[in-house]
Amino acid sequence: MAKHHIEATVNGDAVEFLCETEETLLDVLRDTLSLTGSKEGCSSGDCGACSVMLDGRLVCSCLVLGCEVGGRKIDTIEGLAKGETLHPLQKEFLQHAALQCGICTPGFLVAGKALLERNLNPTETEVRYWLAGNLCRCTGYDKIVSAVMDTAAAMRKG
Amino acid sequence: MARVVLIGNLAQLTGGVAEFDLSATSVKQLFAQLAELHPALGRHLDDGVAVAIDGQIYQDSLLEPIRADSEVFVLPQIAGG
Amino acid sequence: MAETNGHSQANGQHYVGTRTIRPDGVDKVTGRARFGADFNLPGQLIGRVLRSPHPHARIVSIDTSKAEALPGVKAVVTRADFADQPSEFIPAGEMMMNYKDVVRNVMAREKALYEGHPVAAVAATSVAIARRALKLIDVKYEVLPHVIDVVEAMRPDAPLLHDDLFTVGVEPRPDKPSNIAKRVEIKLGDVEAGFKKADLVIEREFKTAPVHQGYIEPHAALATVSEDGSTELWTTTQGHFIVRAHCARLLGLDIGRVRVTATEIGGGFGGKTVVYLEPLAIALSKKAKRPVKMVMSREEVFKASGPTSGATVRVKMGATRDGKFVAAAAELKYQAGAFQGSPVQPGVMCAYAPYDIENVHVIGYDVVSNRPKVAAYRAPGAPISEYAVESVVDEIAKKLGLDPIELRMMNAAHEGTKAAYGPKFGPIGLEETLNSIKKTEHWNTPLRKWQGRGVASGFWFNIGGETSVSLTVNEDGTISLVAGTPDIGGLRASLAAVVADELGVPYDKVRPIIGDTGSLGFNFLTGGSRSTFSGSMAIVEAAKQIKADLCARACKLWEAKPDQVEWKDGAVRPLGALAEKVKPMTVVDFAKVAGKTGGPIGGVGRINAQGAGPSFGTHLVDLEVDPETGRTTILRYTVAQDAGKALHPAYVEGQYQGGAVQGIGWALNEEYIYGSDGKLQNAGFLDYRMPVASDVPMIDTILVEVGNPKHPYGVRGVGETPIVPPLGAIANAMENATGIRFTELPMSPPKVLKALTEKGLNKA
Repeated sequence: MAKHHIEATVNGDAVEFLCETEETLLDVLRDTLSLTGSKEGCSSGDCGACSVMLDGRLVCSCLVLGCEVGGRKIDTIEGLAKGETLHPLQKEFLQHAALQCGICTPGFLVAGKALLERNLNPTETEVRYWLAGNLCRCTGYDKIVSAVMDTAAAMRKG
Repeated sequence: MARVVLIGNLAQLTGGVAEFDLSATSVKQLFAQLAELHPALGRHLDDGVAVAIDGQIYQDSLLEPIRADSEVFVLPQIAGG
Repeated sequence: MAETNGHSQANGQHYVGTRTIRPDGVDKVTGRARFGADFNLPGQLIGRVLRSPHPHARIVSIDTSKAEALPGVKAVVTRADFADQPSEFIPAGEMMMNYKDVVRNVMAREKALYEGHPVAAVAATSVAIARRALKLIDVKYEVLPHVIDVVEAMRPDAPLLHDDLFTVGVEPRPDKPSNIAKRVEIKLGDVEAGFKKADLVIEREFKTAPVHQGYIEPHAALATVSEDGSTELWTTTQGHFIVRAHCARLLGLDIGRVRVTATEIGGGFGGKTVVYLEPLAIALSKKAKRPVKMVMSREEVFKASGPTSGATVRVKMGATRDGKFVAAAAELKYQAGAFQGSPVQPGVMCAYAPYDIENVHVIGYDVVSNRPKVAAYRAPGAPISEYAVESVVDEIAKKLGLDPIELRMMNAAHEGTKAAYGPKFGPIGLEETLNSIKKTEHWNTPLRKWQGRGVASGFWFNIGGETSVSLTVNEDGTISLVAGTPDIGGLRASLAAVVADELGVPYDKVRPIIGDTGSLGFNFLTGGSRSTFSGSMAIVEAAKQIKADLCARACKLWEAKPDQVEWKDGAVRPLGALAEKVKPMTVVDFAKVAGKTGGPIGGVGRINAQGAGPSFGTHLVDLEVDPETGRTTILRYTVAQDAGKALHPAYVEGQYQGGAVQGIGWALNEEYIYGSDGKLQNAGFLDYRMPVASDVPMIDTILVEVGNPKHPYGVRGVGETPIVPPLGAIANAMENATGIRFTELPMSPPKVLKALTEKGLNKA
């Protein structure tokens, strides 16, 4: 079976790649495009470590096929910072020590950014339910939630 | 003489004797003296015991000193996860 | 408490004890940090494992010829590629593991002993070809009856896993093999006499299910073997020196020829202290003469890497009317999985450790069954036994009409108490944690119907162990720290702060890395709550060398005698009359003239850290049960735990919060569910239900600090204790909310609803 030839936009850059039918977007990002910031935790869409934005929508890239993204816009963790300037969420995560091992952190940051793009004044409950698709085993979520809420507050001010 | 107590299964290797008064001045000497008294115990002292001297637990520490009035326990080794 | 004997900057500032930004943080929030599966080598092959579909079977034959003939397959390995190992016990996590068992767990030999047991492995040019190759391997199994449950496995007529397993610790030694590997026991005083003195005796039996450590990152390894046998390995592990030792042993290599790099690690909790893929990747790479990369799927992680034990625990406690515990007994039956080595020994030792009881008798059994071999999980063994004990303590409080905190205070271990496992405690913080909880607003908040409050205490011994670090002063005065214990949760931040304070340099001028096995002397793995404790201790040693060296150089430069100079507050300072002639010199000053004054400046710390102090904790939880669905919501949670000295408060808080939430999952939802066919039914994150953000509230933390006199900064390890109290605290809160004492974990909604329905309580 011939591979598919796909053209898409990743973090603002035009990309072109070949992929097998069964390859997921996560496989393509990690193995073909060398963007290893999105992580594989389960391959079944249950842990959120592979979270990316697809045409502005938060998705698990392990549940999207590489051959589905032709002509579409993908944003990954690698695109969060702008040059040397970290996104406010990235800064707050560091300030709050909202990461321990860090494997889930890219997924949480992408998901957190997606939330704040829709709602810059979420309640704690709204933050927790929005992030319920992202598993963390190290932190117990406390500092992650605080970091997201404080980022929202800072972004509202600024 | 330091008072030495074996904890747990170790006393099974000494025919039930769990308490000793020994003149050992280091863990190394202690193990040597115990092994002399009870060869079956001696083999086990190399693979997985901790030694508590006056309340402080030591692991893998042959050179640790033992005083004449020390209270010493030989325990199963402890690690973690 | 250890104080500022030179531990500060020239301006008096300390970094230790403050909330610095972790040095590896930017890479972690940008996706740049490289975890196990992020490493690749040019020309690498993909390795995959063929696993037994049967929980128990004799492996009659393995025919790999068709797989080997498939284009793109470059190597296949089976039991034939691994030399058998003689019986020899080595420490592996908290368990003594036998290499004869290790080689069989890595690759099955005579039998497949659990569903998921590796039977063969292939390396191919693509994932698709590797998968096809596995299907072409023809294994002939003779399926045998299996046994899963620990009590079932102990029966004399149970299916036998190993015909050379004779119970150790029983007199006389049995002449028939069984599934009971070991019997362990600790005894203090006379429990029979003690129970006679009791006004109240409570005896209960509890059951827990195996739970997985649940690290989000699956196991991953990348190996490349040269023609002369030199091996390089990248692996996600808690202990790369241990991995090196295991691989060298299993593959017959010189330790010096194996170089292991610990990648960033996406969670371990004890589960990444053993080897699974590494020996396979090395063996395949050796055969294929190309690098081989192997990553486990989530299903493989559940089916083939060690969870912790499930167990049956019987507890009997006696107390006088005024609440004094006079006798305590317990019998613990822990499942080890396919090979011996459950954490029953520490479970036995921890069970009554928080209490000062004259008469204690605890027996434990280590039992094998057809499940994956158990691996360490955060305070291995302790959460299970302390769940049972703390439940009974709670029942005693209720029956005697005593406040549960007061009852624990009355019996609490303190400095000088003889622990049930032998030695007397030094200074410890249990009473402080109980008092802190009692003073919280949380403890004093009223509850509503269907809400309940529970409290429980717990501890872990903590360890030190062999540790090597290297400190180098670079030419510009920046400091490079090479440590050898993988950073699983912020270690580098704490270590950098210690280096900064020891040498009087700004925090951001210290760059810590975790070096590979070729860069340092031996380091025992990260585990046992030891990496901050031991690492900081080793740094102090290395810093001492540097300070002594700089004083010696100053003497030469200033033509002074040793008693005319001293290191203080970040500089070598001239004393007395000399101070009028020369100015103090900092590390940066010396760095500029290092070559001219003798050569590069550095120090090493190579220690076997002793003096680890136990960390006690008390947890308080409020929860609410929905009587119509059986669902439990955690409303509020407070952790009080003794850190000795918190080098970095945020990462200490993080350990308390993370452990508490793992405990919440263990208590309320997590369990391995097996069918009667011996196969795991919930090998994925959907049905192996770990807590998510919407399941838990904020976890409040109280950092108690009863300094450890044996550590230069007073540090106690903190990583493991947090998972010990939650099970008991939550079970106690459930009883408070429903009036029902749950003696089986998890207290998942179907089980809670069933219990409520049986009592006619399942209506709001």
